[in-house]
Amino acid sequence: MTNFSTFGNELYTGKRSYEFVGKRKLWFAIAAACIVLSILFPILRGGFNLGIDFRGGSQFTISNTKNTSQGIGEHAVTSVVPGTVAQVTNLAAGTVQVQTEKLTADQTAKISDALKTGYGVTSNDVTSTFVGPTWGQDVSRQAIIGFIVFVLLATVLMALYFRTWRMSIAAIVGLLVVMVVTAGIYSATDVEVTPSSVIGFLTILSYALYDTVVVFDKIRENTTNITTSNRRTFGEEVNLAVNQTLVRSINTMMVAVLPVGSILFIGSLLLGAGTLRDLSLSLFIGIIVSTLSTLFIAAPVYALLREHEPELVKQARKVKARRASEASAAATV
Amino acid sequence: MARTGPTTNARRALLWLAAIIIVAAVVLGGGVAAGAASWAPKLALDLEGGTQMILTPKVAGGASVNEQQLNQAVEIIRQRVDGSGVSEAQITTEGGRNVVVSMPGKPTDQQRQLIQASADLSFRAVIQVAAGAAVPKAAQTPPDKLPKPTAKPVNGSDPNWIDAALYQQFENTSCVPPLTDRPTTSDPAKPLVSCEPGSTLKYILGPVEIPGTDVKDATYGLAQGAQGVTTNQWSVNLSLNAAGAKTFQAVTQRLYQKYLANPNDPQAQFAIVLDNNVISAPRSQAVISDGNSSITGNFTEQSAQQLSQQLKYGALPISFSIQSEEQVSATLGSQQLQMGLLAGLIGLLLVVVYSLFQYRALGFVTVLSLVIAGALTYLAIAILGWTENYRLSLAGVAGIIVSIGQTADSFIVYFERVRDELRDGRGLIAAVENGWGRAKRTILASKAVNLLAAVVLYFVAVGNVKGFAFTLGLTAVADLIVVFMFTHPMLQLLARTRFFGEGHKFSGLDPKRLGAVPLYRGAGRLRTPGDVPSVANGQLKAKNTAAAGEAERRMTIAERKLAAKQHEMSGGPGAGKPNDNSKENDR
Repeated sequence: MTNFSTFGNELYTGKRSYEFVGKRKLWFAIAAACIVLSILFPILRGGFNLGIDFRGGSQFTISNTKNTSQGIGEHAVTSVVPGTVAQVTNLAAGTVQVQTEKLTADQTAKISDALKTGYGVTSNDVTSTFVGPTWGQDVSRQAIIGFIVFVLLATVLMALYFRTWRMSIAAIVGLLVVMVVTAGIYSATDVEVTPSSVIGFLTILSYALYDTVVVFDKIRENTTNITTSNRRTFGEEVNLAVNQTLVRSINTMMVAVLPVGSILFIGSLLLGAGTLRDLSLSLFIGIIVSTLSTLFIAAPVYALLREHEPELVKQARKVKARRASEASAAATV
Repeated sequence: MARTGPTTNARRALLWLAAIIIVAAVVLGGGVAAGAASWAPKLALDLEGGTQMILTPKVAGGASVNEQQLNQAVEIIRQRVDGSGVSEAQITTEGGRNVVVSMPGKPTDQQRQLIQASADLSFRAVIQVAAGAAVPKAAQTPPDKLPKPTAKPVNGSDPNWIDAALYQQFENTSCVPPLTDRPTTSDPAKPLVSCEPGSTLKYILGPVEIPGTDVKDATYGLAQGAQGVTTNQWSVNLSLNAAGAKTFQAVTQRLYQKYLANPNDPQAQFAIVLDNNVISAPRSQAVISDGNSSITGNFTEQSAQQLSQQLKYGALPISFSIQSEEQVSATLGSQQLQMGLLAGLIGLLLVVVYSLFQYRALGFVTVLSLVIAGALTYLAIAILGWTENYRLSLAGVAGIIVSIGQTADSFIVYFERVRDELRDGRGLIAAVENGWGRAKRTILASKAVNLLAAVVLYFVAVGNVKGFAFTLGLTAVADLIVVFMFTHPMLQLLARTRFFGEGHKFSGLDPKRLGAVPLYRGAGRLRTPGDVPSVANGQLKAKNTAAAGEAERRMTIAERKLAAKQHEMSGGPGAGKPNDNSKENDR
């Protein structure tokens, strides 16, 4: 692909350059807007559309039925427990899901039976689940503990590897943006949040930092000897590094998103809601947001954190002086 | 760098990799041949169908459960589930506070109750013992001969506890298969018909004399003989609290009298009852006044340990509440698995297409690497399924599919670095070595983050997250093996082929396509600032200078040295640059 190689070449040499660092005020403003929206959305909507695992309740799944009318399910539930509002969803061809408030074992058995008769299937085709709300809290609590432990350990790991805590801070800032925005998109799309989405969400933690580390490692390479050079200022060098890894970022995002997208679309189209879809949706959103966050947030934040260091300010002055002298030299030629 | 060095190393790495795969395959094959393993990875209950129950143990009094108690809780549940005839149940602890029971099929209400009930340990006096089988209808005591209490029972061993209904129940009860269904809870104030699963005897027991909560501790060890000499007999040492000791003294006094009168009198026995089953019915051979007794008998070390643990359960009556119960039918699972695998296959195909599109022939190295990573992952899962009972859940399958992207990223990082080196004007062989040196660091650092996440999720998270995290960690390791032992050695070897070495335009490493062209234009033209098209790098105020800088970066080493000489007065702008030739020496 000639164009893409040329694109890569131009990015590498700096002939083509995107201003990830230079226009950081714009990117930060956009990110801030996204974050505000991501926080406002759930508040305005009254929280997330939490799945039954978080709220607790009973759920029936009827498979292999020819008739997927929602009325049958609603009737089956009200015939056993009058006054209950059942949510009947058609998941996929031949599969119906019925969700109700928490039922007793006896009611569950009766409704299963009614559903079996109503949809004309065998008892093997009707499965029931009941989930206590405490289980959801458990998942959330463990998720939060996992998040905190991982972030702390990753911060230490990165600080040790890069030999500067500023890279850790920048990476964590990028990560937080990913978390908030991914959660915001979840809220905005009103997709049900299930434990599977939480799993996906946790995986994004790993992916977002992974992606940042790859880009930061290039920044580290490019800026190792920054103080002895007067070619580019620190910010420019960071920007060049991001541009030089841009092809990698795009390729990696594509390669990561392709299988996840494949699960997502197959999961949604053929299976409807379920583990596969919930997992892949949060991954799909998260991978894209992670890639963008590394480029537009983490790297500029790192530049911002460091460029006021006295040594780098001095170096920036040297760069300016060299440019001025070369410009005047060129003018006299 | 000697040309033979890397080649030999590369070949050796590939041979090692082949050896690892062959050994793993042979190990697995041996397991399959021995009938212990199977070629297909073991599937978790979510893919094979079954029921998973998450139980939260509760200690009486609302105290939280510690790890030891949780492990005991698992044991209690395992005993109950196994005892109720469900095979292949998996019982594990989760998150340090829950017990997860996964079993194929659906539990009956009775099983559910059995699992939920608290460990109910008590001590009752034995009134009557009989062989375990039910008395045939014809041989049963006629109604008019059924025992009738003649007086109010005076103590726990009094036969006056037995009335007609109880005796009929006793006769009808079978303690040998087919077992009679018996309630799992009982009134402590009333007599009880009970079985002893170990001996298949059946008992009529008096009311509860000492509740399990009076047990202070139970240990096991070799019994002390009369002279304080350790004998070869295993014993269980039971100690009771003050209240229990007081009652126990009275009970043993009564039973010891009966023992002295007739050592074979069943009424000299007291029964230790757990969940309505007699787990042991020792004879009282002494009056125990201090609450510390020693139970001896035909114990093996194992059975003594078991009894002491069972006694300890009584000291901490744990009840369980079912937090969630999920029934996963096999059809649902297999459909999800099929779709998951189909999705994975399509995803993989898309990755292949994209890789070939982006990296041409080099894309085949990616694809081959992914295939080998897949083979390693498969072998690891199948072997772990055999040795560690690791089962692949749907979340795990998703984890593998997700990992395709992260595995491929190692290659992308590597290839991009090699391309960068080519752009700097290096020959392919040098580019591969230099690119690898730089990519290796990045790959190790980034995979460390991945592994960290997997390990943290594995240890902190609950339920499906665990399987998912384990699989993610597994694939990260497989990825590292592949990139170090396959992708890099392959590239080292391929760099020496004509197709890649000469930069065929389909090789994906064509220097011309990678913008290394200016190198051949000649130094004179390069150094003319105007020759370089206008630079998009707007942040550089002096565009001409920037262009000169860019041009400089594209120079060959010789050109740079020349340029450096010419620009010495400006401090050698190329010195110490990351893309400068200086880094050749530090790898």
